[in-house]
Amino acid sequence: MIRLPDPKADVMARRPEIIAGLAALLPADGLITETIRMKPYETDGLPSYRQMPLAVALPRTTEEVAAVLRFCHQNGVRVIPRGAGTSLSGGALPLADAVVVGLMRMNAILEVDYADRLAVVQAGVTNIGITNAVSADGFFYAPDPSSQLACMIGGNVMMNSGGAHCLKYGVTANNLLGLKFVTIEGEVIDIGGRHLDAAGYDWLGLITGSEGQLGMVTEVTVRILRGPEGARAMLAAFDSIPVAGQAVDAIIGSGIIPVALEFMDRPCIHACEAFAHAGYPLDAEAMLIIEVEGSVAEQDALLDRIRAICAQFNPISMKVAESPEQSLAIWKGRKGAFGAVGRISPDYLCMDGTIPTGELPHVLGRITELSDKHGLKVANVFHAGDGNLHPLIMFDANDPDSFARAEKLGAEILLLCVEVGGCLTGEHGVGIEKRDLMTAQFTPGELNLQRAIKTAFDADWLLNPAKVFPLEGNPAFA
Amino acid sequence: MNTLLPTDEAGVVAAITAAHAAREPLAIEGRGTKRAMLRPVQAARSLSTRLLTGITLYKPSELVISARAGTPIAEIEAALAEKGQQIIAEPPDFRALFGATEGPSLGGITASNLSGPRRITWGAMRDHVLGIRAVRGDGEVFRSGGRVLKNVTGLDLCKLLCGSHGTLGVLTEITFKVLPQPEESATLAVDVADIAAGIRVLSAGLGSPYGVSGAAILLQGSAITALLRLEDFTESVAYRMARLREDLAPLGAARQLDAEQGLATWRAVRDATALGAMPDEAVWRLSLPPSAAPSACAALAGFRLMLDWGGGLIWVAGPATEAAHATVMAAAQAGSFTLFRAPDGLRSAVPVVPAEPAPLAAIAARVKAVMDPEGILNPGRIRL
Ligand SMILES: Cc1cc2nc3c(=O)[nH]c(=O)nc-3n(C[C@H](O)[C@H](O)[C@H](O)COP(=O)(O)OP(=O)(O)OC[C@H]3O[C@@H](n4cnc5c(N)ncnc54)[C@H](O)[C@@H]3O)c2cc1C
Ligand SMILES: Cc1cc2nc3c(=O)[nH]c(=O)nc-3n(C[C@H](O)[C@H](O)[C@H](O)COP(=O)(O)OP(=O)(O)OC[C@H]3O[C@@H](n4cnc5c(N)ncnc54)[C@H](O)[C@@H]3O)c2cc1C
Repeated sequence: MIRLPDPKADVMARRPEIIAGLAALLPADGLITETIRMKPYETDGLPSYRQMPLAVALPRTTEEVAAVLRFCHQNGVRVIPRGAGTSLSGGALPLADAVVVGLMRMNAILEVDYADRLAVVQAGVTNIGITNAVSADGFFYAPDPSSQLACMIGGNVMMNSGGAHCLKYGVTANNLLGLKFVTIEGEVIDIGGRHLDAAGYDWLGLITGSEGQLGMVTEVTVRILRGPEGARAMLAAFDSIPVAGQAVDAIIGSGIIPVALEFMDRPCIHACEAFAHAGYPLDAEAMLIIEVEGSVAEQDALLDRIRAICAQFNPISMKVAESPEQSLAIWKGRKGAFGAVGRISPDYLCMDGTIPTGELPHVLGRITELSDKHGLKVANVFHAGDGNLHPLIMFDANDPDSFARAEKLGAEILLLCVEVGGCLTGEHGVGIEKRDLMTAQFTPGELNLQRAIKTAFDADWLLNPAKVFPLEGNPAFA
Repeated sequence: MNTLLPTDEAGVVAAITAAHAAREPLAIEGRGTKRAMLRPVQAARSLSTRLLTGITLYKPSELVISARAGTPIAEIEAALAEKGQQIIAEPPDFRALFGATEGPSLGGITASNLSGPRRITWGAMRDHVLGIRAVRGDGEVFRSGGRVLKNVTGLDLCKLLCGSHGTLGVLTEITFKVLPQPEESATLAVDVADIAAGIRVLSAGLGSPYGVSGAAILLQGSAITALLRLEDFTESVAYRMARLREDLAPLGAARQLDAEQGLATWRAVRDATALGAMPDEAVWRLSLPPSAAPSACAALAGFRLMLDWGGGLIWVAGPATEAAHATVMAAAQAGSFTLFRAPDGLRSAVPVVPAEPAPLAAIAARVKAVMDPEGILNPGRIRL
């Protein structure tokens, strides 16, 4: 179990006055303090960890957010920013002495501008909500995390979320123009704007992916793109993982960057097939889902090239979607991968390391060894084009020993990613989950430098403390 | 100026550690004779990374390359071309603009976050930097990011350093993402009556499903030409060009440039030579929402102009005077500006980039103090 810090006794003692102070800043329905009603906020996408907060504030405007943060700053109260609470790393997990500031009520699309190809939205708009607002006109917002029905753009910004299509379109950081940013002192600052690459320091880049450590975001200006004429997927199945890896190398080496290039191992194929009946080959050790874009003729031409490349690696089978419906069927299994694993195991941990793609066979071999050692099954799904690996570790939450082994196995897999030249997290963030592993990737000096940058924004370490940085050496818990 | 020329990272550390102890300011350079940039730096000595050269890792199938900061961009481009790949952001070469004899280095391009026409679709230099090694103003080495394509581990100091113009740290090694060179590139030129009409052409192109990867407007005398570029597989480019011409037909007379002409034109846009700035003129670079470009250009009547990035990047040349600078600043209200080239006198007298709001300026000062406690790295380069 990852340790949560002891609450500040003086803050706990002042709870009634803190609640009264916050209530004065928010409309009547904007503050939740009863335990039963705070229940939905006690955890996030890492439900093994739960903690009731001091209170939950649900502001509707930037001014209310600023007022709440200013009050918390003046009163030494910790703040946990929250979007939809889908973080898989425990990024939105409350602390007992902290106020959760949830932005789900700030869910308005403020503006869509096709001439400048941008949308201005409040932080609580869901990821899919942006695309839905512009899709009738042929546009979309590119980063597409699998959680896109629920997760919110403010959370995406703070996690720098990716998706299946980021090999071509980039992650959140590559698709932003501006932010409305609120400091812990309650100052409201416009970062960036409606233009590219503002002169001066790249605050937009620093804040993106900062996991709620530097301030809160209430509005986001995103780039929207015109969608392609069409897209189609194909499957290619192989009887060995290294050979599938070679096929990936050969596709990229040929100059083709598919819009998506996903990899599944045998346990994952089986779980997804049982769930989605997508026609996945059950005799394969590894399967690729490859998607291309363009007109039908362009899709055909690219898929022919890719098929010819895969054919050199003795695939067990290849299947090209003949229609958009068949593409959807191919994707249905992949997009439901987490849910599919959830059906065959009572609980699972979703890991998120990145490795150099050339290390794939070696890393998957080692994961199998580690999985045997800990006696837990692992299914692997992988953004093959960019090396972002999602091992799903199956365990039983009712069995504390099983959970302890799952956490240990997860940590060992992530350390393996770092060992082969990769990193602890490709898109889910550090949160509490990988906090204590940070020393494997960074030197003490590098961690102190990042802490000092946080301090430059949040001198008292009130914003989402106990996350990202190991507790030791963390000024909030000295 | 007396220049320190370390040959490795340890040498950079030694030089900066000594300067930090002595509180001696240093001007930070790559390969540049580029002192006519932003504000003049008050330093008796400079530190150049030009001798930190060489590609340290290149994995074509992983789309990743690393090189030391002083490596010439040309050397990196040549190594990539051998494997049919390229630097995505299309970094410019401003030799002609600045009368420099040497081409840019990786460190200089990264520290200035400079990108060419492809930026509008494929992202800026800062979007592709995956990892850095750098030396802080107190001589401590740090890394951020790594060598993999997706990485959200810890604060993204790569982006903080990109575009920081050597004021937060000295880059010693940079790792970035590359992509295959397109098989084919083609350019459509549309003659338009005015800049607003040109922006409409660029917006139609960028709002099409054809993956336009360059969108610029050139002004020559009274002739105004909107340019759109497609880069892809040969069969795709042919098909998309035909569709694009059809779609744009109502917006003006369109012609396709021949391959060589297309290449030369985009180079002239990338390097801003198409701006035609006179040697004694100042040069500004404005970044605006494209819809604000027509009125900004109208306010800059009498200046030389060139537009890139769908009309969002406006290059401006004109008199190197405070009055001209005030006019440009006013025209850039809706976005951002950089005084790109000017005599020392003007650069010391005016803000060379927009001011930050007070709370952000306070954060900036604290971040600078963290990265460079004695303020020895390029003091005064960006702001006073
Ligand atoms: C089934 C499932 C699939 C997923 N698939 C993907 C995927 O494909 N790719 C991917 O990248 N992620 C994925 N995720 C992870 C998660 O959805 C993302 O991290 C998402 O961006 C979180 O958004 P949220 O609104 O739920 O934020 P939360 O979980 O509420 O918060 C995330 C973090 O951001 C902070 N935060 C939230 N809003 C703000 C704000 N306005 N201001 C300041 N800080 C804020 C929080 O404090 C927290 O640290 C998946 C999660 C699930 C459950
Ligand atoms: C506002 C602006 C003004 C410009 N003015 C000029 C000019 O006057 N003359 C000119 O020739 N080009 C100029 N350029 C273009 C730019 O300098 C070059 O195209 C390119 O960066 C040159 O590379 P270089 O190695 O020669 O870098 P340099 O010109 O030596 O340096 C460019 C910038 O990067 C910094 N830098 C260089 N190397 C490192 C490093 N290793 N670590 C940290 N910081 C580093 C420098 O301090 C400087 O601020 C300008 C660019 C900008 C954005």
